[in-house]
Amino acid sequence: MKNLAFLLISIAILSSCTNEKKLPIYGEREAKITKDASGAEKVDTVYQTIPAWSFLNQDSVMITQDAFKNKIYIADFFFTSCSTICPVMHRNLKMIFDQFKDNPDVMFLSHTIDFKYDKPSVLKKYAQKLGVDGNKWQFVYGPKDSIYQMAEQNYLVAVGEDSTARDGYIHQGWLVLVDKEKRMRGAYDGTKTEQVEQLKKDIVILLNEYKK
Amino acid sequence: MNIRNSMRSYLLFGIFSAFLSCMIYSCQSAEEIEYAKYMSNGKDLYIAHCQNCHGTNGEGLGELAPPLTDTVFLKTNKADLACIVKNGSNKGVIINGKKYEGKMPSFNLATIDIAQVTVYITNSFGNKQGMYTYEQVAKDLSSCK
Repeated sequence: MKNLAFLLISIAILSSCTNEKKLPIYGEREAKITKDASGAEKVDTVYQTIPAWSFLNQDSVMITQDAFKNKIYIADFFFTSCSTICPVMHRNLKMIFDQFKDNPDVMFLSHTIDFKYDKPSVLKKYAQKLGVDGNKWQFVYGPKDSIYQMAEQNYLVAVGEDSTARDGYIHQGWLVLVDKEKRMRGAYDGTKTEQVEQLKKDIVILLNEYKK
Repeated sequence: MNIRNSMRSYLLFGIFSAFLSCMIYSCQSAEEIEYAKYMSNGKDLYIAHCQNCHGTNGEGLGELAPPLTDTVFLKTNKADLACIVKNGSNKGVIINGKKYEGKMPSFNLATIDIAQVTVYITNSFGNKQGMYTYEQVAKDLSSCK
C-alpha cells in the first residue's frame, strides 16, 4: 500500500516536470475582435511583431525577413570597430552558433549600427575572422534611419551615435530571441555569462514549442 | 673570564647573524609582496580592459583578437608590450603562424597600471616572465615608436 502511494506520488511529480514550459511573449499587444464562420464573436490577441525589412548582408545581397522564414533567430546590434561590449557579445553568440550549427531552425541576425564604415565587405571580413561561414548568421548593413528605428521600436534595444563615447557609438548588448511568428520571446544581456546560459536553455524551450 | 667573553661574543654574533638573515629574508618577501600586488591589480585591470577581446584565459577571439598564450612572442617583444598597451597597434601580428590584422585600440592607462597589467599577462596563460618594474615600464614607454 505504502509502495503504491509512493509510486503514485512519483508519477505525479514526474509528469508535472514534463509539463511544457513556454516562453513569455514580449512587446505591445492588443485585442482584436473577429467573427468565426458561425458568426460568434471571438477575441484574438495581436502581438507585436518585427515588421518587414530589407538590408544588405555580408555578401552584398539584399535580404529580407523572408531569409528568416520559419526560423527562430537571435538578433543583436553591434559594429565591427567596437572594442567594448561587442567582442564579448559575439564571443558568447559564437558559442551558441556553434552549439546550434546543425539545427536548420536556428539563425542569427546581427545589425551594424556603424552606417559610415561597416559596409558589407567590412562585415564579411569580420564574419570570417570570427569564424562564421554560410547563411546561418547574417550580418546586415542598412541606412541609419531604418536600422536605428528597428532597434529602438521593434527590438527594443537602445542604440545611438555618441561622439563622446570611446568608439563613437553607444548601444545595449541585448541578444533578442525572436520566434517563427516574428514575436519577441526573450532578451538576454550578451555580456553576462549566466544570461547567455539562459538563452541557450530558452532556445531549446522555444524549439520545443514547435515540435508537434 | 675569557671563556665568558668569548661566549658572549658568540652569542652576539649569533643574534646579529640571525637578525641579518631575517632582514635579507624580509627583503625578499617585500619583493614577493610587490609582485603579488602587481599580479592581483593586474588581473583586475585585465578583466576591465583586455578580457573582452583577449578572453578570460588569454585565448583571443577568432582571428579578430590574437591569443596571449604565445610565450615566445611575448618574450621577444617584451620591450614593446608597454607601448602596445598604451598606444594600441595597427601593425598586425603573427601568432603561432596565424595572421591577425585587426587594430588594437589604445588604452589610456597610467604607467603603474601598464606595469601591473603587463606583469599579469606575462605571468599568466602559460607565460612566466617574472617582474616588470614601474621604472622599466617608464623607460620602455619613453622609446615608443
